[in-house]
Amino acid sequence: MADETTPVAVAPAPTPAAAAKPAEKAKVVAPAYRDYPTIPALKIDSMVESNPYVSAATHNEALGFPGTLVDGWEQKAVAKMGELLGKYRSLRVYMDACVHCGACTDKCHYFIGTGDPKNMPVARQDLMRSVYRRYYTLPGKLFPKLVGASDMTKDVLDDWFRYYNQCSECRRCSVFCPYGIDTAEVTMAAKEIMDSVGHGHKYVNEIMGKVHKIGNNLGLPGPALENTLEGLEEDVLEETGAAVKYPLDVKGAEVLLVTPSADFFAEPHVDSLIGYGKVFHAAGISWTLSSKASEAGNFGMFIGNYEQMKKIAMRVREAALELGVKRIVVGECGHAWRVAYAFWNTLTGIGAGASDPFAIQLQKQLDPNYKQPSHICEVTWDLIQAGRLKFNKEANDHRIVTFHDSCNVARGSRMGDYAGGQFEIPRNIIKAVANHYVEMSPDTTHERTFCCGGGGGLLTDELLDLRVKGALPRMEALNRIVQHDGVNFMATICAICKAQFTKVLPYYGFKMSMVGGVHQLVSTAIVLDNEQ
Amino acid sequence: MNIAFAILFYAATLILVGGIAYRVYEYARTPAPLKIPTTPAPTTTGGVAFRMFREVVFFESLFKSNLWIWALGWLFHVGLALVLLRHLRYFTEPVNFIIAFIQPFGMYAGFAMAAGLAGLWARRFLVERIRYISTPSDHLMLALLLGIAGTGLLMKFVMHTDVVAVKTFFLGLMVFEINRLPVHPGLYLHLGMVVLLMIIFPVSKLLHAPGLFFSPTRNQVDNPRETRHLAPWAAKFEAKN
Repeated sequence: MADETTPVAVAPAPTPAAAAKPAEKAKVVAPAYRDYPTIPALKIDSMVESNPYVSAATHNEALGFPGTLVDGWEQKAVAKMGELLGKYRSLRVYMDACVHCGACTDKCHYFIGTGDPKNMPVARQDLMRSVYRRYYTLPGKLFPKLVGASDMTKDVLDDWFRYYNQCSECRRCSVFCPYGIDTAEVTMAAKEIMDSVGHGHKYVNEIMGKVHKIGNNLGLPGPALENTLEGLEEDVLEETGAAVKYPLDVKGAEVLLVTPSADFFAEPHVDSLIGYGKVFHAAGISWTLSSKASEAGNFGMFIGNYEQMKKIAMRVREAALELGVKRIVVGECGHAWRVAYAFWNTLTGIGAGASDPFAIQLQKQLDPNYKQPSHICEVTWDLIQAGRLKFNKEANDHRIVTFHDSCNVARGSRMGDYAGGQFEIPRNIIKAVANHYVEMSPDTTHERTFCCGGGGGLLTDELLDLRVKGALPRMEALNRIVQHDGVNFMATICAICKAQFTKVLPYYGFKMSMVGGVHQLVSTAIVLDNEQ
Repeated sequence: MNIAFAILFYAATLILVGGIAYRVYEYARTPAPLKIPTTPAPTTTGGVAFRMFREVVFFESLFKSNLWIWALGWLFHVGLALVLLRHLRYFTEPVNFIIAFIQPFGMYAGFAMAAGLAGLWARRFLVERIRYISTPSDHLMLALLLGIAGTGLLMKFVMHTDVVAVKTFFLGLMVFEINRLPVHPGLYLHLGMVVLLMIIFPVSKLLHAPGLFFSPTRNQVDNPRETRHLAPWAAKFEAKN
């Protein structure tokens, strides 16, 4: 606790010289803060050494992809692109619509942090657009040089693998594009094409294998979950005197909570899981976790593969049907909430308004009085508004809190009944449970928020250099309010943000315990029945 | 020359209309299998129409993004719109009173259009990031548009041409009659470049115009929890379950 009560030492702007002290760690260095948010000068090829690990054959094959780069992959990749152009209007339109106006060029956190021009959204898209033009447009077939078209070669593939694995699919560029071109859609298509010819990214494909085999990204089997949850019950009982339950696979529970598996083990994630349990306990709502659907995350989205995404999401549908729950609630996880909010109804029928038997089977089981699925923040905020939760806000007085909008929640989803609820509701909760709240610069929050630097399936050690650099714009905004307002806690509602910040905060001179969940704050302040 | 231009204009019109129609058909028939509006997004169809209106008329996202590009781009597009409307007088008899009314504005809009284009082109040389992303075709496109604007202004203010004859020529084309086009190098250049622009429209980045209306991040209603959205090719997976 001492960590949190002492205001965090004001971080000096890290300079390359100062940060590079231990010789062996000299490779990964936080870039210096910019005094003003100037646009970096181009550093051509500065990230060309960033080499994500290529997936092993076993991991690719487990997902139905070829094990290694197939013979004739050039033609197959081009053919796959053609297939995707026919299946996704987004890709179809975005390949044509860009006018190279340059509006997006300074919007990507990875460009700001690295200066590599291929991290400008338009340049990243052009890695694919140049191939599209060569094979699918008349000018590209006739005058490739004139329109910047290029053949599908190994060099092009290498650039794809490098730079599409430097996009966290955060959609910040899509906010600013006059045609709404979303680089995430292009990145997803590129990953889908690369997977289809046997050239996948190890981190993501290996993790998806674990979901299919065991049920979650961390590969935690049921008995391990049970153990952990029992441990949590003991901890909470000891700390609060309240017999809060963390139930697993309870048939007939009202709520099925689906949460990122990091919540079971990782710090600070677990503190939010403790918080969810306390909320349900205080409100008297029966709930359960599921060993089958023990993962809210869905890396199928990161690789743009509809079938993988559906297959992973189907576990939640199956668990909901088996357990007979009335409500499905999703824990703190950014891309998981995007998939749940925007795609689950399409993929699995978790939602409302269906007219087909597949979806109706589930939708008639779910309680229509609640949004299906609901975000845990929607649940908590509704309960707060209904006066069903009590808080001792002073319990959070050692914290001066700010809120980091997670990219997928901010730009790919919603909460509540109105556009922008995803911004208001988590902030409302924080203000209901803590006395000291400070906003970061408006250029870096709401739909203009910066990705933490670790999203999109890039949360892996071999990309640490990229992750540290990509965090720069967020760290600059954080540093300003740390210096000015003494902020010492950055709340967020995403498992990837939490893991990423825990890792990169120290590179910028901050304590890693500065980051935590919104329900961690709820957990600190909530008053449980036995304490009244 | 009269016959050559007549043929060119007929061919260019066919390519322009047919090409854009084909592209629009392609965009329309390609499904958007997932709900991907960039949020916060409107939750009603009316809201989406309003969002699209703001994008088309005011370039809202570009305004949020970069004031320089917005100012130059908007100046160019509004100038172009007025100039195009003004040119309707060459295709209609009698001239609609609105078209007659905007004639003086359309005249100066030509300067606004040229100024916007010049500014946008300057950025391609002066701003390192935009220099990096510019292809030869980006430069040629601006050169072409600026050429059209320049020759037009030249004929209006310096080397006049016989606009009555020009109008006779185009009114004739519309009823498949070929009349005499004035012999004027500026006019030949102007019309030649317009023909070129019409031809490349359906195979170039000028497709951003129809493309915007089909952009799923902008044209989708944010209501995935309330209605089930399923593309035909995706519905096939359902059979397996």
